[in-house]
Amino acid sequence: MQASRHAAPASLPIGSDADLAWVRQQVRQAAAELGFGLVQQTKLVTAASELARNTLVHGGGGHVMITPLDTGQSHGLRLAFVDAGPGIRDLDQAMTDGYTSGGGLGLGMSGAKRLVHEFDVESRPGEGTTVTVTAWATAVPPSRPGV
Amino acid sequence: MTVSEENADQEPVAQQVSAFLERRREQIAQRWADAALFRTVFTVSRDEAVEAGRAVAAALAAVAASGRLEDIRASGFEAVRDQLGRMAASRARTGLDPDGVAREVAALREPATEVLRAEFPDPHSPEAQECVVALTVLLGTLRLVVLETTVSAGEEVIARQREQLHEVATPVIKLWESTVAVPLIGTLDSARSQVVMESLLDAIVAERARYAILDITGVPTVDSLVAQHLMKTVAAARLMGAECIVSGIRPAIAQTIVHLGIDLGTVLTRASLADALAYALSRQGVAIGPVPAADAGAR
Repeated sequence: MQASRHAAPASLPIGSDADLAWVRQQVRQAAAELGFGLVQQTKLVTAASELARNTLVHGGGGHVMITPLDTGQSHGLRLAFVDAGPGIRDLDQAMTDGYTSGGGLGLGMSGAKRLVHEFDVESRPGEGTTVTVTAWATAVPPSRPGV
Repeated sequence: MTVSEENADQEPVAQQVSAFLERRREQIAQRWADAALFRTVFTVSRDEAVEAGRAVAAALAAVAASGRLEDIRASGFEAVRDQLGRMAASRARTGLDPDGVAREVAALREPATEVLRAEFPDPHSPEAQECVVALTVLLGTLRLVVLETTVSAGEEVIARQREQLHEVATPVIKLWESTVAVPLIGTLDSARSQVVMESLLDAIVAERARYAILDITGVPTVDSLVAQHLMKTVAAARLMGAECIVSGIRPAIAQTIVHLGIDLGTVLTRASLADALAYALSRQGVAIGPVPAADAGAR
């Protein structure tokens, strides 16, 4: 994907519940500025909320990189949630609807994946987890890799 | 009292400044009463301003006597800390920013140093200069003390407002006989949802409510945690014998909930608060419609 950066990426800390609210607000604002529709905005903010909470609760805190993307035809937003926590032992299990290790509904990872266009997890036990998601302002992503 | 070598020079100067502030307290207070800070805070009478100026000058004298010219924790400041805080708060209320308050405190230096210079036969003598520098340092410290009280007062206000927000944001409204509603606004975190649940359950008992409406029009994001909080609240209300209706589900939220995979099948939902109320009323056999014109006069 050849996406040139159209604005500087921003990094926000995730260390408390108040930070989660701040991340949601910033993601919503960034998406609105890139021309995301209301439904796309809501989906991306909700996905960000799920993943940021995972970073906080399971990863013990971390940060999120918010990168605006511009392919010339479409605008997108890439969010990378980074933590240095214990990592995810069984990725397939973590991505299963209803599986939870923290007493939640077990929809955070799988639900967030359904709310965005691209979803990628990198995790090694003991070394932390990075979840990267991308959403595009248009309903159909311009260059969707074979899913 | 033993004095360390580097303080050996300063100590007598500090004592000199202290003695000066004691001796000329009245004169300085009179000059300060005309300065912007005192004049604008004590608008009722000039005597009040002079009295306040005396207190500040006395406190500065005490700080100088202790030799801690640069220490904002010097015990001498304690006597006037409250008063300075009230003065700064009073200036802040009129819309002056902290920078402006600091400038007004800085403006107290000029009148005081003028009085000090007049004490010396030769105001340009090294001794006089040293005293003026010491007094300037002391008044700089005063400025920090005032700013610090302003900041801590601001923090107190923020903490208090946060408390208030928790209470204010969760009113339970009685809409009809045995029907209550909670309009949820803002972020529904765990602490908030706990408050919501408690006040709703209390209201169900107090109002003998059979129907409870949770309106989420003002909740910007419904993720799985918020949904879980809602479902728990609904389940708790149900245990108390009340039927719960979640209303105010906007189109974007509805689509997001579906994609997220949250199953709200067990929860009764309506698009708007009006729909939810209509449902609750119809279940109670209450019908609302236009009053026939002929009946209107008879009733």
